[in-house]
Amino acid sequence: MSDISTTDIVLKTENLTKRYGGVHALEGANFELRKGEHVAIMGDNGAGKSTFVRQITAVEQRTSGQIWFDGKEVNFAGPIEARTAGIETVFQNLALADDLDVPSNLFLGREKVLFNLGPFSILDRKYMRKATEAALIRTAVKIPNLSNTIRHMSGGQRQCVAIARTATFASKLIIMDEPTAALGVQETAQVENIIRTLKDNGEPLILISHNMRQVFDLCDRIVVFRRGRIVANLRKENTDGNDIVSYITGAKTGEAELAA
Amino acid sequence: MPQTSHGVGGVSYDAKKRTWPAEFNVFLALVILVVIFELIGRIFLGDSFLFNTRDNVSGIFNEARLQIIILQVSIVGIIAIGVTQVIICGGIDLSSGSIVGATAMIAMSFAQVATVNGNPNPKAMFLAQGWTDLPVIVPVLVAIGCGLLAGLVNGSLIAYTRIPPFIATLGMMVTGRGIAKWWSKGQPISFPTEGFADIGKGLMPVIIFLSLAVLFQLIMTYTRYGKHCYAIGSNEDAARMSGIKIANHKILVYVIAGILAALAAVVLSSKNLTAQSGMGVMYELDAIAMAVIGGVSLSGGRGSIIGTVIGALIFGVIISGFTFLRLDAYYQEMVKGVIIVGAVVLDQWRQRMRALRA
Repeated sequence: MSDISTTDIVLKTENLTKRYGGVHALEGANFELRKGEHVAIMGDNGAGKSTFVRQITAVEQRTSGQIWFDGKEVNFAGPIEARTAGIETVFQNLALADDLDVPSNLFLGREKVLFNLGPFSILDRKYMRKATEAALIRTAVKIPNLSNTIRHMSGGQRQCVAIARTATFASKLIIMDEPTAALGVQETAQVENIIRTLKDNGEPLILISHNMRQVFDLCDRIVVFRRGRIVANLRKENTDGNDIVSYITGAKTGEAELAA
Repeated sequence: MPQTSHGVGGVSYDAKKRTWPAEFNVFLALVILVVIFELIGRIFLGDSFLFNTRDNVSGIFNEARLQIIILQVSIVGIIAIGVTQVIICGGIDLSSGSIVGATAMIAMSFAQVATVNGNPNPKAMFLAQGWTDLPVIVPVLVAIGCGLLAGLVNGSLIAYTRIPPFIATLGMMVTGRGIAKWWSKGQPISFPTEGFADIGKGLMPVIIFLSLAVLFQLIMTYTRYGKHCYAIGSNEDAARMSGIKIANHKILVYVIAGILAALAAVVLSSKNLTAQSGMGVMYELDAIAMAVIGGVSLSGGRGSIIGTVIGALIFGVIISGFTFLRLDAYYQEMVKGVIIVGAVVLDQWRQRMRALRA
């Protein structure tokens, strides 16, 4: 199964395992994500959801197992490398600089420069503004004023900027870790609309969420983690809320594998 | 119809949400301060603070006063430029005053003449070695080297040992002052070459200060370096996750601050035609105060060089104003303290109001 370049699988993990000393945070996770697919990851706190994502984005280094991304087996040294390869993450604790405006945040760490003078390279501010507007339109994000700093935006707007950031660059996979956890009803709806837009644009997505309604609304497939293992992998047509809950709580066990 | 079904994104420009630049408020404070001094002068002294009231000199404004206002803050202003970018980047630099002292001593030793009035220069450090009457570039380069080294130590300590900038630069502050005293065993170093003396002559400090201010305002606004300063000061974790090399950037920030303090030392020792180990005492705090008055946030991420320049001018106006009102220098310092605290309180209050409005 090492050659997946011919298929439409974007991300694949085999026996992905992470141990912190004696704690088995993640055990033998086998996971697949296809082009244009939106997959939800659910599970209780400490079930291994975030650990799983941290291995993929190389925020942490896995104990064992393999990861294929975009047709190649990958061993990212760190999150920057993963991002360069096209994995964009919207972090739970928004990775935005409060005192910078929207374009500066979108291009943070990968600024477009007019000409290179090392650290004193001159920024191409016009290009970055234009690209930002394009990204906002692509993700259907509305921002009152590009020059406003993030500090002066609402939680929903900040989250939208964080998501728009993933769309600025040619990302091949977007991972969102509870993007609406801290948001109000209206702001949640706003973020969900953006996720729908991403779906329409055919961008693959992994969504970590506790919100059952949201998951059924937005995703094609639901993967349930329990005690570091993947215990269910279900297409949303073949399951319902109660079913998922019984997997999350452990009332139902065993890996329910379905042809994805 | 992917876009229409979920609404169209983009920028919905809202003029009401636009806020004027923070520097505007600082500038307003400067204007108000000048007006206050002008009014007090007119009412109580029958003299004008700003305008020319003498018949024997021409011009609308009191040019001598205007020159003094900016001249007396130019040297500390050069330091304040460096301190501003350090604070924006989320740090603090307490060592600049001591760097001025040590650098002035060391650089001046390489700027001395061989003979004074036909006799061998009694103060010459390197007379025996024949390192006298050197071209002006030598002491300037030596100074830049001193500043660079001090900044490198500061920056490396902060970036690699992760100790708070306050402690690292406090150490440099004490050590630097020690070096300044040790260099010539406490003796002043005097009799610079003509070339060296020209650096700080007349309005040269002002020209140097303003040129550097313009340069660094451009750097902070238009370059990657500036952007990353704001990013790190604003949210260091976000900056790290975005791939910014924090350690390298911080070292560079402190190196630049060190070099600017060293340049201030060159200008100061050149202007005074002598270097003394006590030079630059408290300059670091004056520089920080200028930045803070100019709207630079001590928590990092906010502020600008323009703000600091206006902050420096406020400083200059206060000193000149008190002299104009013939008040003792003691009052100046008392009021300076009040203004520093007041500026921070006002800034915090303004930020809270803006956050509520958003």
